[in-house]
Amino acid sequence: MSDMRQLYQEVILDHNRKPRNFGSLLAANRHAEGHNPLCGDHIRLTVNVLDDKIDTIAFEGDGCAICKASASMMTGAVKGKSVLNAETLVTEFRGMVTGTLDAEQQENQLGKLKVFVGVKDLPSRVKCAILPWHTLHAALNAESEVSTENAGDPFADDPVENKHA
Amino acid sequence: MKATHFDVERIRADFPILNLQVSGKPLVYLDNAASSQMPQAVIDTITRYQTQEHANIHRAVHYLSELATKKFEAARVKVQHFLNAKESREIIFTRGTTEAINLVMHGYGRAFINKGDEIIISALEHHSNIVPWQMLAQEKGAVLRVIPMNDAGELLIDEYEALFNAKTKFVALMHVSNALGTINPVKSMVAFAHKHSVPVLLDGAQAAPHQAIDVQDLNCDFYAFSGHKLCGPTGIGVLYGKAKMLEKMQPYQGGGDMILSVTFEKTTYNVIPYKFEAGTPPIMAAIALGAAIDYLTSIGLANIAAYEKELLDYATQHILTIAGVRILGTAKKKAAVLSFEIKGVHPHDVGTILNDQGIAIRTGHHCAQPVMQRFNVPATARASFAFYNTKQEIDKLIAGIKTVQEMFA
Repeated sequence: MSDMRQLYQEVILDHNRKPRNFGSLLAANRHAEGHNPLCGDHIRLTVNVLDDKIDTIAFEGDGCAICKASASMMTGAVKGKSVLNAETLVTEFRGMVTGTLDAEQQENQLGKLKVFVGVKDLPSRVKCAILPWHTLHAALNAESEVSTENAGDPFADDPVENKHA
Repeated sequence: MKATHFDVERIRADFPILNLQVSGKPLVYLDNAASSQMPQAVIDTITRYQTQEHANIHRAVHYLSELATKKFEAARVKVQHFLNAKESREIIFTRGTTEAINLVMHGYGRAFINKGDEIIISALEHHSNIVPWQMLAQEKGAVLRVIPMNDAGELLIDEYEALFNAKTKFVALMHVSNALGTINPVKSMVAFAHKHSVPVLLDGAQAAPHQAIDVQDLNCDFYAFSGHKLCGPTGIGVLYGKAKMLEKMQPYQGGGDMILSVTFEKTTYNVIPYKFEAGTPPIMAAIALGAAIDYLTSIGLANIAAYEKELLDYATQHILTIAGVRILGTAKKKAAVLSFEIKGVHPHDVGTILNDQGIAIRTGHHCAQPVMQRFNVPATARASFAFYNTKQEIDKLIAGIKTVQEMFA
Protein backbone atom coordinates (compact mmCIF):
# COMPACT_ATOMS: atom_id res chain seq x y z
CA MET A 1 0.00 0.00 0.00
CA SER A 2 2.96 2.35 0.11
CA ASP A 3 2.24 3.79 -3.34
CA MET A 4 -1.36 4.32 -2.42
CA ARG A 5 -0.46 5.93 0.87
CA GLN A 6 1.87 8.19 -1.06
CA LEU A 7 -1.05 9.27 -3.24
CA TYR A 8 -3.80 9.26 -0.65
CA GLN A 9 -1.87 11.17 1.99
CA GLU A 10 -3.67 12.36 5.07
CA VAL A 11 -3.70 15.93 3.80
CA ILE A 12 -5.51 14.85 0.61
CA LEU A 13 -7.99 12.72 2.53
CA ASP A 14 -8.58 15.59 4.92
CA HIS A 15 -9.33 18.08 2.15
CA ASN A 16 -11.63 15.47 0.58
CA ARG A 17 -13.55 15.08 3.84
CA LYS A 18 -13.59 18.77 4.71
CA PRO A 19 -13.13 20.76 1.53
CA ARG A 20 -12.13 24.39 2.13
CA ASN A 21 -13.83 27.29 0.35
CA PHE A 22 -16.65 24.95 -0.58
CA GLY A 23 -19.75 26.62 -1.94
CA SER A 24 -20.61 29.40 -4.30
CA LEU A 25 -19.80 33.12 -4.08
CA LEU A 26 -22.72 35.46 -4.44
CA ALA A 27 -20.50 38.31 -5.58
CA ALA A 28 -18.26 36.77 -8.21
CA ASN A 29 -17.02 38.38 -11.38
CA ARG A 30 -15.49 35.21 -12.79
CA HIS A 31 -16.93 31.74 -12.95
CA ALA A 32 -16.40 28.55 -14.89
CA GLU A 33 -17.50 24.94 -14.91
CA GLY A 34 -15.22 22.00 -15.49
CA HIS A 35 -16.28 18.51 -16.46
CA ASN A 36 -14.50 15.23 -16.68
CA PRO A 37 -17.10 13.30 -18.67
CA LEU A 38 -15.31 9.98 -18.36
CA CYS A 39 -15.68 9.80 -14.60
CA GLY A 40 -18.35 12.39 -13.93
CA ASP A 41 -16.12 14.83 -12.04
CA HIS A 42 -17.76 18.22 -12.08
CA ILE A 43 -16.38 21.43 -10.61
CA ARG A 44 -18.00 24.84 -10.51
CA LEU A 45 -15.73 27.73 -9.59
CA THR A 46 -16.74 31.23 -8.59
CA VAL A 47 -14.00 33.81 -8.29
CA ASN A 48 -13.98 37.46 -7.37
CA VAL A 49 -11.05 39.34 -8.87
CA LEU A 50 -10.32 42.80 -7.43
CA ASP A 51 -7.46 44.95 -8.74
CA ASP A 52 -6.04 41.98 -10.61
CA LYS A 53 -5.97 39.94 -7.43
CA ILE A 54 -8.04 36.87 -6.48
CA ASP A 55 -9.97 38.33 -3.59
CA THR A 56 -12.24 35.39 -2.91
CA ILE A 57 -12.75 32.00 -4.54
CA ALA A 58 -15.08 29.08 -3.93
CA PHE A 59 -15.83 25.74 -5.58
CA GLU A 60 -18.58 23.22 -5.53
CA GLY A 61 -19.28 19.99 -7.34
CA ASP A 62 -18.86 16.25 -7.34
CA GLY A 63 -15.63 14.46 -7.78
CA CYS A 64 -13.20 11.88 -6.54
CA ALA A 65 -10.90 12.56 -3.61
CA ILE A 66 -8.06 13.61 -5.88
CA CYS A 67 -10.24 16.12 -7.70
CA LYS A 68 -11.91 17.51 -4.59
CA ALA A 69 -8.68 17.81 -2.60
CA SER A 70 -6.99 19.42 -5.57
CA ALA A 71 -9.81 21.98 -5.85
CA SER A 72 -9.83 22.62 -2.12
CA MET A 73 -6.08 23.12 -1.88
CA MET A 74 -6.07 25.19 -5.04
CA THR A 75 -8.58 27.67 -3.64
CA GLY A 76 -6.42 28.03 -0.54
CA ALA A 77 -3.27 28.48 -2.58
CA VAL A 78 -4.52 31.13 -5.01
CA LYS A 79 -6.63 33.20 -2.67
CA GLY A 80 -4.99 36.60 -2.27
CA LYS A 81 -2.60 35.99 -5.16
CA SER A 82 -2.41 38.08 -8.29
CA VAL A 83 -3.99 36.62 -11.41
CA LEU A 84 -0.50 36.33 -12.88
CA ASN A 85 0.79 34.38 -9.86
CA ALA A 86 -2.26 32.14 -9.96
CA GLU A 87 -1.63 31.39 -13.63
CA THR A 88 1.96 30.52 -12.78
CA LEU A 89 0.69 28.03 -10.22
CA VAL A 90 -1.70 26.58 -12.81
CA THR A 91 1.23 26.02 -15.16
CA GLU A 92 3.45 24.57 -12.44
CA PHE A 93 0.77 22.27 -11.04
CA ARG A 94 0.02 21.05 -14.50
CA GLY A 95 3.72 20.50 -15.14
CA MET A 96 4.09 18.53 -11.92
CA VAL A 97 1.20 16.10 -12.51
CA THR A 98 1.99 15.59 -16.18
CA GLY A 99 5.65 15.01 -15.39
CA THR A 100 7.15 17.95 -17.29
CA LEU A 101 8.16 19.73 -14.10
CA ASP A 102 10.31 18.00 -11.49
CA ALA A 103 8.76 19.63 -8.45
CA GLU A 104 11.62 18.49 -6.18
CA GLN A 105 14.49 19.64 -8.38
CA GLN A 106 13.21 22.62 -10.33
CA GLU A 107 12.25 25.91 -8.76
CA ASN A 108 8.53 26.41 -8.24
CA GLN A 109 5.92 27.97 -5.99
CA LEU A 110 3.91 24.78 -5.42
CA GLY A 111 4.71 24.34 -1.72
CA LYS A 112 2.07 22.12 -0.08
CA LEU A 113 0.58 21.31 -3.48
CA LYS A 114 3.49 18.94 -3.98
CA VAL A 115 1.44 16.23 -2.22
CA PHE A 116 -0.09 15.65 -5.66
CA VAL A 117 3.19 14.64 -7.23
CA GLY A 118 2.24 10.92 -7.07
CA VAL A 119 -0.58 11.52 -9.54
CA LYS A 120 1.91 11.66 -12.40
CA ASP A 121 2.37 7.89 -12.14
CA LEU A 122 -1.36 7.30 -12.62
CA PRO A 123 -2.23 8.50 -16.12
CA SER A 124 -5.93 7.84 -15.66
CA ARG A 125 -6.02 10.12 -12.62
CA VAL A 126 -4.07 13.09 -13.95
CA LYS A 127 -7.31 14.53 -15.31
CA CYS A 128 -8.90 14.38 -11.87
CA ALA A 129 -6.12 16.41 -10.26
CA ILE A 130 -5.86 18.89 -13.08
CA LEU A 131 -9.57 19.61 -13.62
CA PRO A 132 -9.89 22.35 -10.95
CA TRP A 133 -6.80 24.07 -12.33
CA HIS A 134 -8.07 24.00 -15.90
CA THR A 135 -11.33 25.38 -14.60
CA LEU A 136 -9.51 28.18 -12.79
CA HIS A 137 -7.57 28.98 -15.94
CA ALA A 138 -10.87 29.13 -17.85
CA ALA A 139 -12.47 31.38 -15.23
CA LEU A 140 -9.54 33.79 -15.24
CA ASN A 141 -9.67 33.89 -19.03
CA ALA A 142 -13.40 34.58 -19.12
CA GLU A 143 -14.38 31.18 -20.37
CA SER A 144 -17.43 29.56 -18.94
CA GLU A 145 -16.77 25.86 -19.47
CA VAL A 146 -13.93 23.43 -19.84
CA SER A 147 -13.94 19.73 -20.35
CA THR A 148 -11.13 17.27 -20.03
CA GLU A 149 -12.54 15.62 -23.15
CA ASN A 150 -11.86 18.64 -25.30
CA ALA A 151 -9.60 18.09 -28.25
CA GLY A 152 -6.84 17.51 -25.77
CA ASP A 153 -4.94 20.29 -24.20
CA PRO A 154 -6.69 23.46 -23.06
CA PHE A 155 -3.32 25.17 -23.04
CA ALA A 156 -2.24 24.18 -26.49
CA ASP A 157 -4.36 26.76 -28.32
CA ASP A 158 -6.01 29.99 -27.60
CA PRO A 159 -8.41 29.33 -24.70
CA VAL A 160 -11.37 30.51 -26.74
CA GLU A 161 -10.83 27.56 -29.04
CA ASN A 162 -11.61 25.20 -26.21
CA LYS A 163 -15.13 26.21 -25.52
CA HIS A 164 -17.21 23.14 -24.95
CA ALA A 165 -20.72 23.55 -26.26
CA MET B 1 -16.59 -25.22 -5.82
CA LYS B 2 -18.44 -27.96 -3.98
CA ALA B 3 -21.86 -27.05 -5.32
CA THR B 4 -20.85 -27.62 -8.91
CA HIS B 5 -18.61 -29.83 -11.00
CA PHE B 6 -17.41 -26.72 -12.81
CA ASP B 7 -13.61 -27.08 -13.00
CA VAL B 8 -12.61 -23.46 -12.94
CA GLU B 9 -8.88 -24.14 -12.46
CA ARG B 10 -8.79 -26.14 -15.68
CA ILE B 11 -10.60 -23.32 -17.45
CA ARG B 12 -8.23 -20.69 -16.04
CA ALA B 13 -5.31 -22.61 -17.52
CA ASP B 14 -6.79 -21.83 -20.96
CA PHE B 15 -6.34 -18.07 -20.43
CA PRO B 16 -2.67 -17.00 -20.53
CA ILE B 17 -3.44 -13.43 -19.41
CA LEU B 18 -4.75 -14.68 -16.07
CA ASN B 19 -1.13 -15.45 -15.09
CA LEU B 20 -0.31 -11.76 -15.25
CA GLN B 21 0.93 -9.79 -12.24
CA VAL B 22 -0.42 -6.26 -11.79
CA SER B 23 1.03 -3.93 -9.19
CA GLY B 24 3.10 -6.94 -8.12
CA LYS B 25 -0.01 -8.99 -7.36
CA PRO B 26 -1.81 -11.69 -9.35
CA LEU B 27 -4.31 -10.11 -11.71
CA VAL B 28 -7.92 -10.32 -10.52
CA TYR B 29 -9.84 -9.45 -13.66
CA LEU B 30 -13.36 -8.35 -12.81
CA ASP B 31 -14.07 -6.10 -15.79
CA ASN B 32 -15.62 -8.70 -18.04
CA ALA B 33 -18.66 -6.64 -18.91
CA ALA B 34 -16.31 -4.18 -20.59
CA SER B 35 -14.30 -6.83 -22.38
CA SER B 36 -13.52 -10.46 -21.69
CA GLN B 37 -10.20 -12.24 -22.00
CA MET B 38 -9.17 -14.62 -24.75
CA PRO B 39 -8.45 -18.34 -24.37
CA GLN B 40 -5.41 -19.95 -26.00
CA ALA B 41 -7.64 -21.73 -28.53
CA VAL B 42 -8.74 -18.38 -29.96
CA ILE B 43 -5.22 -16.98 -29.87
CA ASP B 44 -4.03 -20.09 -31.74
CA THR B 45 -6.78 -19.65 -34.33
CA ILE B 46 -5.61 -16.09 -34.92
CA THR B 47 -1.97 -17.15 -35.22
CA ARG B 48 -2.86 -19.98 -37.58
CA TYR B 49 -4.99 -17.71 -39.71
CA GLN B 50 -2.32 -15.04 -39.99
CA THR B 51 0.49 -17.49 -40.61
CA GLN B 52 -1.24 -19.99 -42.90
CA GLU B 53 -4.66 -18.92 -44.11
CA HIS B 54 -4.93 -15.23 -44.81
CA ALA B 55 -6.17 -13.70 -48.06
CA ASN B 56 -9.10 -11.55 -49.08
CA ILE B 57 -12.40 -13.37 -49.34
CA HIS B 58 -15.20 -13.70 -51.90
CA ARG B 59 -12.84 -12.64 -54.68
CA ALA B 60 -9.95 -14.55 -56.08
CA VAL B 61 -9.82 -18.17 -57.17
CA HIS B 62 -6.49 -18.95 -55.58
CA TYR B 63 -5.95 -21.39 -52.71
CA LEU B 64 -5.66 -18.90 -49.84
CA SER B 65 -8.65 -16.84 -50.90
CA GLU B 66 -10.80 -19.94 -51.11
CA LEU B 67 -9.54 -21.16 -47.76
CA ALA B 68 -10.15 -17.82 -46.04
CA THR B 69 -13.60 -17.58 -47.62
CA LYS B 70 -14.47 -21.07 -46.44
CA LYS B 71 -13.32 -20.29 -42.89
CA PHE B 72 -15.11 -16.95 -42.85
CA GLU B 73 -18.38 -18.46 -44.00
CA ALA B 74 -17.94 -21.34 -41.55
CA ALA B 75 -17.72 -18.73 -38.79
CA ARG B 76 -21.04 -17.32 -39.97
CA VAL B 77 -22.61 -20.76 -39.64
CA LYS B 78 -21.14 -21.10 -36.13
CA VAL B 79 -22.81 -17.82 -35.17
CA GLN B 80 -26.04 -19.04 -36.74
CA HIS B 81 -26.03 -22.14 -34.56
CA PHE B 82 -24.91 -20.17 -31.52
CA LEU B 83 -28.00 -17.97 -31.81
CA ASN B 84 -30.17 -20.73 -33.23
CA ALA B 85 -30.98 -18.58 -36.23
CA LYS B 86 -32.96 -20.23 -39.00
CA GLU B 87 -30.49 -19.42 -41.76
CA SER B 88 -26.86 -18.32 -41.97
CA ARG B 89 -27.79 -15.45 -44.32
CA GLU B 90 -29.51 -13.88 -41.32
CA ILE B 91 -26.08 -13.33 -39.73
CA ILE B 92 -24.28 -10.10 -40.63
CA PHE B 93 -20.77 -9.42 -39.43
CA THR B 94 -20.25 -5.92 -38.08
CA ARG B 95 -17.55 -4.18 -36.08
CA GLY B 96 -19.49 -4.67 -32.88
CA THR B 97 -22.85 -4.19 -31.20
CA THR B 98 -22.73 -0.45 -31.77
CA GLU B 99 -22.30 -0.81 -35.50
CA ALA B 100 -25.02 -3.47 -35.59
CA ILE B 101 -27.48 -1.08 -33.95
CA ASN B 102 -26.43 1.74 -36.26
CA LEU B 103 -26.93 -0.58 -39.22
CA VAL B 104 -30.54 -1.20 -38.17
CA MET B 105 -31.08 2.49 -37.49
CA HIS B 106 -29.88 3.37 -41.00
CA GLY B 107 -31.18 0.36 -42.90
CA TYR B 108 -34.54 -0.04 -41.24
CA GLY B 109 -35.13 3.13 -39.23
CA ARG B 110 -34.43 5.64 -41.97
CA ALA B 111 -36.58 3.69 -44.42
CA PHE B 112 -39.58 2.97 -42.22
CA ILE B 113 -39.70 5.51 -39.39
CA ASN B 114 -41.20 8.88 -40.21
CA LYS B 115 -42.25 12.17 -38.69
CA GLY B 116 -44.32 11.74 -35.55
CA ASP B 117 -43.55 8.01 -35.26
CA GLU B 118 -42.47 6.69 -31.90
CA ILE B 119 -39.48 4.55 -30.96
CA ILE B 120 -39.44 2.81 -27.60
CA ILE B 121 -36.21 2.33 -25.71
CA SER B 122 -35.64 1.66 -22.01
CA ALA B 123 -34.21 3.57 -19.07
CA LEU B 124 -31.50 0.91 -18.81
CA GLU B 125 -30.00 1.40 -22.25
CA HIS B 126 -26.32 1.76 -23.01
CA HIS B 127 -25.52 4.91 -24.97
CA SER B 128 -25.11 2.75 -28.05
CA ASN B 129 -28.82 1.94 -27.98
CA ILE B 130 -29.88 5.52 -27.18
CA VAL B 131 -27.82 7.80 -29.37
CA PRO B 132 -28.51 6.17 -32.78
CA TRP B 133 -32.27 6.36 -32.13
CA GLN B 134 -31.97 9.91 -30.91
CA MET B 135 -30.14 10.80 -34.13
CA LEU B 136 -32.89 9.16 -36.15
CA ALA B 137 -35.60 10.90 -34.13
CA GLN B 138 -33.90 14.23 -34.75
CA GLU B 139 -33.52 13.59 -38.44
CA LYS B 140 -37.07 12.38 -38.96
CA GLY B 141 -38.96 14.31 -36.36
CA ALA B 142 -39.78 11.04 -34.63
CA VAL B 143 -40.23 10.70 -30.86
CA LEU B 144 -38.22 8.62 -28.39
CA ARG B 145 -40.30 7.01 -25.62
CA VAL B 146 -38.53 5.55 -22.59
CA ILE B 147 -39.65 2.58 -20.49
CA PRO B 148 -39.05 3.58 -16.85
CA MET B 149 -37.60 1.31 -14.18
CA ASN B 150 -38.07 0.77 -10.47
CA ASP B 151 -35.46 1.23 -7.73
CA ALA B 152 -34.25 -2.34 -8.20
CA GLY B 153 -33.38 -1.60 -11.81
CA GLU B 154 -36.28 -3.59 -13.27
CA LEU B 155 -38.27 -2.23 -16.18
CA LEU B 156 -41.89 -1.39 -15.44
CA ILE B 157 -43.69 -3.69 -17.82
CA ASP B 158 -47.11 -2.09 -17.35
CA GLU B 159 -45.61 1.24 -18.34
CA TYR B 160 -43.93 -0.40 -21.32
CA GLU B 161 -47.21 -1.78 -22.55
CA ALA B 162 -48.93 1.57 -21.97
CA LEU B 163 -46.43 3.27 -24.30
CA PHE B 164 -47.81 1.49 -27.37
CA ASN B 165 -50.09 3.32 -29.73
CA ALA B 166 -50.67 3.58 -33.47
CA LYS B 167 -47.53 5.67 -33.87
CA THR B 168 -45.20 3.13 -32.24
CA LYS B 169 -42.89 1.87 -34.97
CA PHE B 170 -39.90 0.30 -33.27
CA VAL B 171 -38.61 -1.10 -29.99
CA ALA B 172 -34.87 -1.12 -29.20
CA LEU B 173 -34.17 -2.90 -25.97
CA MET B 174 -31.24 -4.20 -24.02
CA HIS B 175 -31.35 -7.90 -23.11
CA VAL B 176 -29.07 -7.61 -20.07
CA SER B 177 -28.03 -4.33 -18.44
CA ASN B 178 -24.30 -3.61 -18.45
CA ALA B 179 -24.61 -1.11 -15.61
CA LEU B 180 -26.90 -3.00 -13.22
CA GLY B 181 -27.01 -6.59 -14.45
CA THR B 182 -30.79 -6.68 -14.86
CA ILE B 183 -32.00 -9.44 -17.17
CA ASN B 184 -35.03 -8.03 -18.96
CA PRO B 185 -38.03 -10.27 -19.74
CA VAL B 186 -37.39 -9.74 -23.42
CA LYS B 187 -39.33 -12.71 -24.74
CA SER B 188 -42.64 -11.47 -23.40
CA MET B 189 -41.76 -7.90 -24.32
CA VAL B 190 -41.10 -8.95 -27.91
CA ALA B 191 -44.40 -10.83 -27.98
CA PHE B 192 -46.25 -7.75 -26.76
CA ALA B 193 -44.62 -5.51 -29.40
CA HIS B 194 -45.51 -8.02 -32.10
CA LYS B 195 -49.16 -7.87 -31.05
CA HIS B 196 -48.91 -4.27 -32.18
CA SER B 197 -46.93 -5.30 -35.28
CA VAL B 198 -43.88 -3.45 -33.97
CA PRO B 199 -40.45 -4.96 -34.67
CA VAL B 200 -37.91 -5.33 -31.84
CA LEU B 201 -34.13 -5.07 -31.75
CA LEU B 202 -32.39 -6.66 -28.79
CA ASP B 203 -28.97 -5.45 -27.67
CA GLY B 204 -27.41 -8.70 -26.52
CA ALA B 205 -23.91 -7.42 -25.81
CA GLN B 206 -24.13 -8.46 -22.14
CA ALA B 207 -26.38 -11.47 -22.66
CA ALA B 208 -24.74 -13.52 -25.41
CA PRO B 209 -21.54 -14.26 -23.44
CA HIS B 210 -23.40 -15.48 -20.36
CA GLN B 211 -26.48 -17.47 -21.36
CA ALA B 212 -27.75 -19.52 -24.28
CA ILE B 213 -29.49 -17.34 -26.85
CA ASP B 214 -32.24 -18.64 -29.10
CA VAL B 215 -33.40 -15.92 -31.45
CA GLN B 216 -36.22 -18.07 -32.81
CA ASP B 217 -37.56 -18.65 -29.33
CA LEU B 218 -37.17 -14.97 -28.41
CA ASN B 219 -38.73 -14.19 -31.80
CA CYS B 220 -36.92 -10.85 -31.90
CA ASP B 221 -36.48 -9.19 -35.28
CA PHE B 222 -32.88 -8.17 -34.62
CA TYR B 223 -30.26 -9.31 -32.14
CA ALA B 224 -26.83 -7.68 -31.75
CA PHE B 225 -23.72 -8.69 -29.84
CA SER B 226 -19.96 -8.12 -29.76
CA GLY B 227 -17.10 -10.57 -30.16
CA HIS B 228 -14.76 -9.08 -27.59
CA LYS B 229 -17.16 -9.62 -24.71
CA LEU B 230 -17.41 -13.25 -25.73
CA CYS B 231 -13.75 -14.26 -25.51
CA GLY B 232 -13.19 -13.17 -29.09
CA PRO B 233 -11.26 -10.22 -30.50
CA THR B 234 -12.33 -6.59 -30.78
CA GLY B 235 -13.50 -5.27 -34.11
CA ILE B 236 -16.08 -7.98 -34.72
CA GLY B 237 -19.73 -8.13 -33.84
CA VAL B 238 -22.90 -9.65 -35.14
CA LEU B 239 -26.25 -8.47 -36.25
CA TYR B 240 -28.87 -11.17 -36.53
CA GLY B 241 -31.92 -10.09 -38.47
CA LYS B 242 -34.91 -12.04 -39.68
CA ALA B 243 -34.41 -12.59 -43.40
CA LYS B 244 -37.68 -10.90 -44.30
CA MET B 245 -36.62 -7.80 -42.35
CA LEU B 246 -33.12 -7.69 -43.80
CA GLU B 247 -34.44 -8.11 -47.31
CA LYS B 248 -36.60 -5.03 -47.18
CA MET B 249 -33.87 -2.88 -45.63
CA GLN B 250 -31.62 -0.38 -47.34
CA PRO B 251 -27.86 -1.05 -47.37
CA TYR B 252 -25.93 0.62 -44.58
CA GLN B 253 -22.69 1.35 -46.38
CA GLY B 254 -21.82 1.21 -50.05
CA GLY B 255 -18.71 -0.40 -51.46
CA GLY B 256 -17.20 -3.64 -52.62
CA ASP B 257 -18.74 -7.02 -51.80
CA MET B 258 -22.22 -5.56 -51.24
CA ILE B 259 -22.98 -5.33 -54.96
CA LEU B 260 -23.99 -7.64 -57.79
CA SER B 261 -23.26 -5.16 -60.55
CA VAL B 262 -22.17 -1.57 -60.76
CA THR B 263 -22.37 0.92 -63.60
CA PHE B 264 -22.19 4.66 -63.26
CA GLU B 265 -25.94 4.76 -63.72
CA LYS B 266 -27.06 2.03 -61.38
CA THR B 267 -25.92 -0.48 -58.79
CA THR B 268 -27.65 -3.75 -58.07
CA TYR B 269 -27.14 -4.75 -54.48
CA ASN B 270 -25.99 -8.16 -53.44
CA VAL B 271 -28.25 -10.53 -51.53
CA ILE B 272 -28.28 -10.69 -47.73
CA PRO B 273 -26.10 -10.88 -45.74
CA TYR B 274 -23.55 -9.46 -48.23
CA LYS B 275 -25.73 -6.43 -48.95
CA PHE B 276 -24.75 -5.24 -45.47
CA GLU B 277 -21.07 -6.16 -45.55
CA ALA B 278 -19.45 -3.49 -47.69
CA GLY B 279 -15.71 -3.64 -48.09
CA THR B 280 -13.28 -6.25 -46.83
CA PRO B 281 -14.70 -7.50 -43.53
CA PRO B 282 -12.64 -8.27 -40.41
CA ILE B 283 -11.91 -11.78 -41.69
CA MET B 284 -9.48 -12.81 -38.98
CA ALA B 285 -11.74 -11.45 -36.25
CA ALA B 286 -14.78 -13.28 -37.63
CA ILE B 287 -12.91 -16.57 -37.76
CA ALA B 288 -11.59 -15.97 -34.24
CA LEU B 289 -15.13 -15.25 -33.07
CA GLY B 290 -16.09 -18.62 -34.50
CA ALA B 291 -13.33 -20.20 -32.42
CA ALA B 292 -14.52 -18.35 -29.32
CA ILE B 293 -18.02 -19.69 -29.90
CA ASP B 294 -16.60 -23.20 -30.24
CA TYR B 295 -14.77 -22.70 -26.96
CA LEU B 296 -17.81 -21.39 -25.06
CA THR B 297 -20.01 -24.08 -26.54
CA SER B 298 -17.58 -26.77 -25.42
CA ILE B 299 -17.96 -25.54 -21.84
CA GLY B 300 -21.68 -25.08 -22.30
CA LEU B 301 -23.58 -21.82 -21.94
CA ALA B 302 -25.90 -23.37 -19.36
CA ASN B 303 -22.89 -24.38 -17.24
CA ILE B 304 -21.41 -20.92 -17.63
CA ALA B 305 -24.68 -19.28 -16.58
CA ALA B 306 -25.05 -21.53 -13.53
CA TYR B 307 -21.47 -20.99 -12.38
CA GLU B 308 -21.62 -17.23 -12.88
CA LYS B 309 -24.86 -17.13 -10.91
CA GLU B 310 -23.03 -18.87 -8.10
CA LEU B 311 -20.27 -16.24 -8.27
CA LEU B 312 -22.80 -13.41 -8.27
CA ASP B 313 -24.68 -14.81 -5.28
CA TYR B 314 -21.43 -15.32 -3.38
CA ALA B 315 -20.22 -11.79 -4.12
CA THR B 316 -23.59 -10.21 -3.34
CA GLN B 317 -23.83 -12.06 -0.03
CA HIS B 318 -20.36 -11.00 1.06
CA ILE B 319 -20.55 -7.42 -0.12
CA LEU B 320 -23.80 -6.93 1.77
CA THR B 321 -22.06 -7.80 5.02
CA ILE B 322 -19.85 -4.69 4.70
CA ALA B 323 -21.40 -1.64 6.33
CA GLY B 324 -21.46 1.45 4.13
CA VAL B 325 -21.59 -0.41 0.84
CA ARG B 326 -24.66 -0.19 -1.35
CA ILE B 327 -25.42 -2.37 -4.36
CA LEU B 328 -27.06 -0.65 -7.31
CA GLY B 329 -29.23 -2.98 -9.28
CA THR B 330 -31.07 -5.52 -7.21
CA ALA B 331 -33.32 -7.04 -9.85
CA LYS B 332 -34.65 -10.50 -9.13
CA LYS B 333 -33.16 -11.77 -12.38
CA LYS B 334 -29.60 -10.59 -12.70
CA ALA B 335 -26.49 -11.40 -14.67
CA ALA B 336 -23.08 -11.49 -12.96
CA VAL B 337 -22.68 -7.71 -12.76
CA LEU B 338 -22.24 -6.02 -9.42
CA SER B 339 -22.47 -2.24 -9.39
CA PHE B 340 -21.73 -0.79 -5.98
CA GLU B 341 -21.03 2.35 -4.09
CA ILE B 342 -18.88 2.79 -1.00
CA LYS B 343 -20.26 5.53 1.19
CA GLY B 344 -18.03 8.60 1.18
CA VAL B 345 -15.63 7.27 -1.45
CA HIS B 346 -15.80 8.18 -5.12
CA PRO B 347 -15.72 5.15 -7.45
CA HIS B 348 -12.54 6.38 -9.10
CA ASP B 349 -10.68 6.29 -5.83
CA VAL B 350 -12.05 2.79 -5.28
CA GLY B 351 -10.78 1.76 -8.71
CA THR B 352 -7.30 3.18 -8.17
CA ILE B 353 -6.87 1.57 -4.76
CA LEU B 354 -8.17 -1.81 -5.97
CA ASN B 355 -5.84 -1.61 -8.97
CA ASP B 356 -2.97 -1.32 -6.54
CA GLN B 357 -4.01 -4.77 -5.33
CA GLY B 358 -4.13 -6.19 -8.83
CA ILE B 359 -7.91 -5.99 -9.01
CA ALA B 360 -9.41 -4.66 -12.25
CA ILE B 361 -12.92 -3.28 -11.98
CA ARG B 362 -14.71 -0.65 -14.00
CA THR B 363 -15.51 2.72 -12.50
CA GLY B 364 -17.55 5.42 -14.14
CA HIS B 365 -20.94 5.77 -15.75
CA HIS B 366 -20.62 2.60 -17.85
CA CYS B 367 -21.83 4.44 -20.95
CA ALA B 368 -25.23 4.57 -19.30
CA GLN B 369 -25.50 8.10 -17.96
CA PRO B 370 -29.32 7.99 -17.77
CA VAL B 371 -29.00 4.99 -15.44
CA MET B 372 -26.63 6.99 -13.22
CA GLN B 373 -29.06 9.92 -13.26
CA ARG B 374 -31.92 7.60 -12.29
CA PHE B 375 -29.98 6.47 -9.22
CA ASN B 376 -28.64 9.96 -8.60
CA VAL B 377 -24.98 8.95 -8.64
CA PRO B 378 -22.24 10.36 -10.89
CA ALA B 379 -20.65 6.96 -11.29
CA THR B 380 -20.45 3.51 -9.75
CA ALA B 381 -17.80 0.89 -9.19
CA ARG B 382 -18.64 -2.28 -11.10
CA ALA B 383 -17.30 -5.77 -10.73
CA SER B 384 -18.43 -8.06 -13.54
CA PHE B 385 -17.66 -11.74 -13.48
CA ALA B 386 -16.86 -14.35 -16.08
CA PHE B 387 -16.76 -18.12 -15.86
CA TYR B 388 -12.97 -18.02 -15.28
CA ASN B 389 -13.30 -16.00 -12.08
CA THR B 390 -13.19 -17.69 -8.69
CA LYS B 391 -14.61 -17.23 -5.22
CA GLN B 392 -11.06 -16.59 -4.01
CA GLU B 393 -10.93 -13.62 -6.35
CA ILE B 394 -14.18 -12.33 -4.92
CA ASP B 395 -12.65 -12.68 -1.45
CA LYS B 396 -9.83 -10.42 -2.67
CA LEU B 397 -12.37 -7.91 -3.93
CA ILE B 398 -14.11 -7.90 -0.56
CA ALA B 399 -10.79 -7.45 1.25
CA GLY B 400 -9.93 -4.66 -1.18
CA ILE B 401 -13.18 -2.85 -0.45
CA LYS B 402 -12.37 -3.03 3.25
CA THR B 403 -8.91 -1.57 2.60
CA VAL B 404 -10.52 1.32 0.73
CA GLN B 405 -12.80 1.96 3.66
CA GLU B 406 -9.90 1.88 6.11
CA MET B 407 -7.97 4.41 4.04
CA PHE B 408 -10.91 6.77 3.85
CA ALA B 409 -12.09 6.24 7.43
